[in-house]
Amino acid sequence: MNQQDLPAPNRRANGARTLGEPIVVIDRVQKSFHGNHVLKDVSLTVHKGEVVVICGRSGSGKSTLLRCIDQLETIDGGTIHAAGHLMGFREKNGKLVPLRDAQIARQQRDLGMVFQSFNLFPHVSVIDNITMAPVRILKRDKTEARNEARALLQRVGLPDKENAYPRQLSGGQQQRVAIARALAMKPKVMLFDEPTSALDPEMISEVLDVMIDLSEQGMTMIVVTHEMGFARAAADRVVLMHDGRIVEEAPPEEFFQNPRSEHTRLFLSKILSH
Amino acid sequence: MNWSWPFFFDYLTNGLMLRGAWTTIWLSVISMILGLGLGIVAAMMKMYGNTVIRYIAEFYIWLFRGTPILIQLVIIYTGLPQLGIRLNVIESAILGLALNEGAYLAEIIRAGIMSVDKGQEDASRAVGMTWRERMYLVILPQATRTIIPPLGNQFNGMLKTTSLASVISMEELMRNAQMLAQIEFRVLEAYSVAAIWYLILVSIWSVIQVRIEAHYEKPFGPAAAVSPEAKKELEKAIDKAGQA
Ligand SMILES: Nc1ncnc2c1ncn2[C@@H]1O[C@H](COP(=O)(O)OP(=O)(O)O)[C@@H](O)[C@H]1O
Ligand SMILES: [Mg+2]
Repeated sequence: MNQQDLPAPNRRANGARTLGEPIVVIDRVQKSFHGNHVLKDVSLTVHKGEVVVICGRSGSGKSTLLRCIDQLETIDGGTIHAAGHLMGFREKNGKLVPLRDAQIARQQRDLGMVFQSFNLFPHVSVIDNITMAPVRILKRDKTEARNEARALLQRVGLPDKENAYPRQLSGGQQQRVAIARALAMKPKVMLFDEPTSALDPEMISEVLDVMIDLSEQGMTMIVVTHEMGFARAAADRVVLMHDGRIVEEAPPEEFFQNPRSEHTRLFLSKILSH
Repeated sequence: MNWSWPFFFDYLTNGLMLRGAWTTIWLSVISMILGLGLGIVAAMMKMYGNTVIRYIAEFYIWLFRGTPILIQLVIIYTGLPQLGIRLNVIESAILGLALNEGAYLAEIIRAGIMSVDKGQEDASRAVGMTWRERMYLVILPQATRTIIPPLGNQFNGMLKTTSLASVISMEELMRNAQMLAQIEFRVLEAYSVAAIWYLILVSIWSVIQVRIEAHYEKPFGPAAAVSPEAKKELEKAIDKAGQA
């Protein structure tokens, strides 16, 4: 892809965005796997309504960062505040005490996550994928939840798929259902981990369109992706991770035209040269 | 040759044999259900428990898979009274069969749970499910798909294993055949009839098993490749053909 072919940045250029207060505050987070230091002192603040794109080469710790935010991994040091929660811990006499499973689950309900491999529930239909958590966990009224699920399916462009099983859908359709499933919990923040990396090229845009639409409606989003077109179109900030650290953090124009870090230049030259 | 068809046909529908067959059925079903409960608990303990709990589960599985069920039944019925634990025949038979079955099912269930894709746990945690909700709503229903076929085979085995309860005088098919054989000394006829009844029960179960497997395979299998709309069309077409 050539840099000139990318769509022009629109959101920021239009001046339409006013950012709210911080909603995700990552403060000096450390994470190791068996002595492998994966996140090294990572700090990042995301404001309400903001779209932050995270990129960086494979193994740089992007997925781990998202998984730590959503408590799919436990952090070794630092703190993460998200959607009004101190994720994974509570403060007691100035000390951090780990939360129990059920309390972590409650925090996770305010964050939505979309995975590279979709991870839909294969044993239930599309609509049950979407209503399972609201109905079975939040004990919402079933008819109401189903109506909302239909509205969400409409929104992701799949109004006629409610009775299908996941395996009957294409990758792009599955990923849009996964987005609808996450939205059904009415999350305050959405996390996307390479949502289009497992898709055939012709399906990438149908998923990105849904995400752009979501960002335009004010959803706070942290998106790990190598789709630089999406970054230009929807991001307020682009972040580059390298070897467990954030090495660049800039608005898209600056990130692409005027990167300060050598790592960013190298990354961009690689990703834009094919 | 000394084979009597009249005795054979008489035994086939003899009240003693019918009662025995019925006992074999309910004894198998109850023992299987209890064994399934024990197996699930043991599998969970082994997979998610702390060290002590894990060792308890492993000891249970090791003990009951490592000894003959015949000895287990005899110890429960005739040995435990020495320790002041008195169980009647039915209780002993059910307990022995369930404990034995649970040890085998624990391993099957564990394998089934491990066969569920790791992404399913991520996804269910990401929508905010607790451990119980994840297990109950996402992991176990999917593990079921892997567990059902071996579970069906285990039940097939259970129908026949219940015959061992005859040694503690549980009046199921085998025991009743023994009693019948002693009345007229028509040994071959009596046991042949018992064998035929086992064949009937196992065959009926095979038919049920196929249907159950198809049901749990539906979201995953080739049947699912047919869209619901297409299926409705197909059903309509079949209905119409029937009316014509
Ligand atoms: N569950 C895990 N156990 C052990 N190591 C892991 C685990 N998850 C990630 N890692 C390691 O952490 C590093 C960063 O991985 P990841 O966050 O997936 O990177 P990225 O998403 O940027 O490709 C890699 O070296 C990877 O091998
Ligand atoms: Mg990754």
